[in-house]
Amino acid sequence: MVDFVGLYNYWIVVFLMMAGLYLVIEHGNLVKKMVGLTVFQAAVFLLYITLGKVRDGTAPIIAEGIETYSNPLPHVLILTAIVVGVATLALGLALVVRIRDAYGTIEEDEIGDQDGPAI
Amino acid sequence: MRVELAMAVALAGPLAGAAAIALFGRRPNLRDGAMIVASVVTFLAVYRILPAVDAGGRPELFLFDFVPGLGIRFVIEPLGMLFALVASFLWIVTSFYAIGYMRGHGEENQTRFYVCFAIAISAALGVAMSGNMLTLFIAYEVLTLSTYPLVTHHQSPESMRAGRTYLGILLSTSIGLQLVGIVWTYGATGTLDFTPGGILAGKVEGWPLIVLLFLYMYGIGKAALLPIHRWLPAAMVAPTPVSALLHAVAVVKAGVFTVLKVAIYIFGVDYLSETGASTWLMYVAGATVVIASLVALTKDNLKARLAYSTVSQLSYVVLGAALATSWSVVGGAMHIAMHAFGKITLFFCAGAIMVAAHKTEISDMAGLGRRMPFTFAAFAVGALSVTGLPPLGGVWSKWYLGLGAVEAEQLIFVAVLMISSLLNVAYLIPVAARGFISPKREGDPVPQPVGAAVAHDGHEDEDGIREAPMFCVVPLCLTAIGCLALFFAADDIAAFLAPIAQR
Amino acid sequence: MTAHLPALQVVITLLAAPACILVRGRDLTFWLALLTTWAAFAVSCLLLDQVMTSGIVSYELGGWAAPFGIEYRVDALNAFVLLIVSGIGAIVLPFTPRSLLIEMVGEKAYLFYCAFLLCVTGLLGVAITGDAFNLFVFLEISSLASCILISLGPHRRALTAAFQYLIVGTIGATFIVIGIGLIYGATGTLNLNDIAERLPATGYNRTVIAAFAFLIVGAAIKLALFPLHFWLPKAYTYAPSTVSAFLAATATKVGVYVLIRFLFTVFGVKFSFDILPTALPLMLLAVLAMFVASTVAIFQDSVKRMLAYSSVAQIGYMVLGLSLVTVDGLTASIVHLFNHALMKGALFLAIGCIAYRQSSFRIDDLAGMGRRMPWTMAAFTAGGLSLIGIPLTAGFISKWYLILAALAADEPLIAALIVISSLLAVIYVWRVVEAAYFREPGPGAPSGEAPLALLIPTWVLIALNVYFGIETSLPVGVSEHAARALMGAGP
Repeated sequence: MVDFVGLYNYWIVVFLMMAGLYLVIEHGNLVKKMVGLTVFQAAVFLLYITLGKVRDGTAPIIAEGIETYSNPLPHVLILTAIVVGVATLALGLALVVRIRDAYGTIEEDEIGDQDGPAI
Repeated sequence: MRVELAMAVALAGPLAGAAAIALFGRRPNLRDGAMIVASVVTFLAVYRILPAVDAGGRPELFLFDFVPGLGIRFVIEPLGMLFALVASFLWIVTSFYAIGYMRGHGEENQTRFYVCFAIAISAALGVAMSGNMLTLFIAYEVLTLSTYPLVTHHQSPESMRAGRTYLGILLSTSIGLQLVGIVWTYGATGTLDFTPGGILAGKVEGWPLIVLLFLYMYGIGKAALLPIHRWLPAAMVAPTPVSALLHAVAVVKAGVFTVLKVAIYIFGVDYLSETGASTWLMYVAGATVVIASLVALTKDNLKARLAYSTVSQLSYVVLGAALATSWSVVGGAMHIAMHAFGKITLFFCAGAIMVAAHKTEISDMAGLGRRMPFTFAAFAVGALSVTGLPPLGGVWSKWYLGLGAVEAEQLIFVAVLMISSLLNVAYLIPVAARGFISPKREGDPVPQPVGAAVAHDGHEDEDGIREAPMFCVVPLCLTAIGCLALFFAADDIAAFLAPIAQR
Repeated sequence: MTAHLPALQVVITLLAAPACILVRGRDLTFWLALLTTWAAFAVSCLLLDQVMTSGIVSYELGGWAAPFGIEYRVDALNAFVLLIVSGIGAIVLPFTPRSLLIEMVGEKAYLFYCAFLLCVTGLLGVAITGDAFNLFVFLEISSLASCILISLGPHRRALTAAFQYLIVGTIGATFIVIGIGLIYGATGTLNLNDIAERLPATGYNRTVIAAFAFLIVGAAIKLALFPLHFWLPKAYTYAPSTVSAFLAATATKVGVYVLIRFLFTVFGVKFSFDILPTALPLMLLAVLAMFVASTVAIFQDSVKRMLAYSSVAQIGYMVLGLSLVTVDGLTASIVHLFNHALMKGALFLAIGCIAYRQSSFRIDDLAGMGRRMPWTMAAFTAGGLSLIGIPLTAGFISKWYLILAALAADEPLIAALIVISSLLAVIYVWRVVEAAYFREPGPGAPSGEAPLALLIPTWVLIALNVYFGIETSLPVGVSEHAARALMGAGP
């Protein structure tokens, strides 16, 4: 039981991951798809941060009296991943804007109805 | 000219011809002249190689390697020499014939036709001269692809359908079965060179050997074993010169030539007869001989009948390979030449009848012989040669095949050969006979008013039918004479081919 | 200079991308992009030469020592992939200016070149890096850039195709990053080689297995392995022809590279195939891809979509080769990686030539094309023959090695399936050839050949198809070298 609760971070990660994926798959609204994708990515950020945490560790600053500290590398990696995530989100939203210009809607099924057979 | 150079010329000649034909596409006389020149040069180059091969030489032309030890190599041995001679000689004859036919018939797209034709000849010579199985396979595929536009020449829905059958069967068998066989052979032996005595002995045994033989024999769709013969009748929608050259000489003979090559130089005749791996093939070939002849009997369309006759005759060669004795192999090889001359004569005649009289059905041809005497005389000669009656070439190949069957102690196939000859008589001779002998059908106005003949542009005949153009008639007479000449040359050919059967 | 080749490989195009935005002029950016891709191609040639003569090239970025800093590690496999990516980029790029005018907005061309260079950078980066997280970053760079490129297609459906590509691509990349995170948790390192060395010590616990699953599924999405291929046909169909040609020839190849790298180098043959039963599922999916996608391709009306499905099928061949887990099989896979890039690139460029004259890619609208655009259709036919695997084309070499490998691995059934599925290719290629050569053009069909600027790149690729169908020492030599190293690298 202690393990179960002690690993709650991971449970949150799994929950967020599934919720994000579900949003992406289930929703026909393109903006909501992007939201789902962001949640999905956020789950991964959390996973990395959790991996870097060392029990009773503090911030990784070299100073007197600090013996144990958390692993800084995952944090750095996640900074990069966040940048990537932001870029993805920006590009996705830009595409949604263009799609709305072209189709007048951002609902997937309505877009599908507007085009005839493949060229 | 060195022999190797002659080989290169023989292979490149038709290609250069194709380029020249394409170049002169807008000037028909120049274009047709280029084709004739190319065909003559090609034949002379092939002929130049003959003395060297006869003296026991195996001239070799090496281009490049795909993988070390496996590349494009051309080697000429007697079997290939014979095929190359036949194909290149008949190309000259067919060129003249094609000019007469295509002009007489007013066909369109003649340039494309001649270009593909020349490429096909180059491929056939490539098959003849190939020094390993991979080279042969490549030339074989080029032959398939280059003849496809010829089959679909008319671009009608019917010819498109036929073209699909043609390409579908030939490509699917060659890629689907033959290529697998080739890769398998390479994997098992590490070589694909044609080696006297074969390369498989001791490397592949038992059931796999039979499977491998199956992959080859049914992979060579051009040999038209039952039931993958469908492409051959389908291809008859092509203009007649195509049927003549390609389906009497180049394409189908490339098929059975490959069968012989594989049997002799990949499997090895001795290995086949020792293991008995080819027993099933004898029965399939025998069945093809008889069944295709029976089908031919039912066909009223002359070209269709000839097509089924070809299917049947091709299996003679396959039978020769399957019997796997020295006589049968020589007989099979000889049959390539004999049947080529006989069958091309028949096709030329069919085309001439179509050009001159616009008749395709046998039942409509009654009495035509009197107005087209040369054509029908040549048809009779060709028919007798294909049937195998002296004094025509066809008799010798059957003779050797019969000897082979006796040597292999498979007497049933002697009977098959006899029955087939009888069937040949039944389906070929009547065509010629009707032309000369059959009385006019009832309803024809026999007594002609004197003035009617004048109304038909001054022709003597009431329906304006007379002999086909000279370009058509002369070639078919030549090939008919060839049938006769081969009867007397048979000994020389057998002596020339003897090395392939040596152990 | 030569010591810094690995860094130059990525940096040249990376720096040129923002430079394009600063320069802006349409022609100027084109020449800038052209020069840099050619430079990248030259670098990859030098790198391959260096690898083949003196073995693995290791480069420590910024001078940080290997397991801690980012290492660029070039062996025969990724040198070859670098060559494919930069080579195809160098050939395809000259095609764009004339094609852009027809298919895209001309005045914003500089943005196209910027995205193109970024895409090249990303793909090169994925191939060259020896660091797991760096790999993910480059993967995202390439997929975001290619998403922009796809969205530039002439039809508005390009937008939805790009959006779908973005979503699916991001999910795939995120799966990969999850896998990388789990491996990091298990081994404490991100250097691919270091991971390979430390993994056995973990006893292959459940974390490692989960990481493996995430990585393989992520890579499978990226390389469009059936049934995770659904994003590909749409993207390739609606993207501008240049982009289709470039992506079809390179993006999925890099995906296959990632798969091979993780299966063979990082996790090792023992774990990937002996401890976990990976080979059989991969083989089944590959065979399914070959058959299902080829069959679907036969029933397509649009040539472009047909080629896209054919790509899915061809990826099946590559995965099939590696799933044999033999040196021969891997060699065949890598050879096909190269050859397929050549043939699909050529085919899509030929489509680009057609697009220059008419906007429809329906097979029915190609009637009589053989006479209207003889050079274009001749190129298409030659590329199609290569796709089928007719001798004297590169495709034949691929099939040859693949069948040989299947037979050597005692899988005659697989050999038969390879052959049968290539017969399906005959059918779909022939539908186009038949329409182009043996049907009369409809009334009002445009006529006239594409300009030389389009024909030359197309024919360069066709010439390469023929050249590498005859002279195989480069692809086969490198592939064998790479395959040996990969099979030997396992623990």
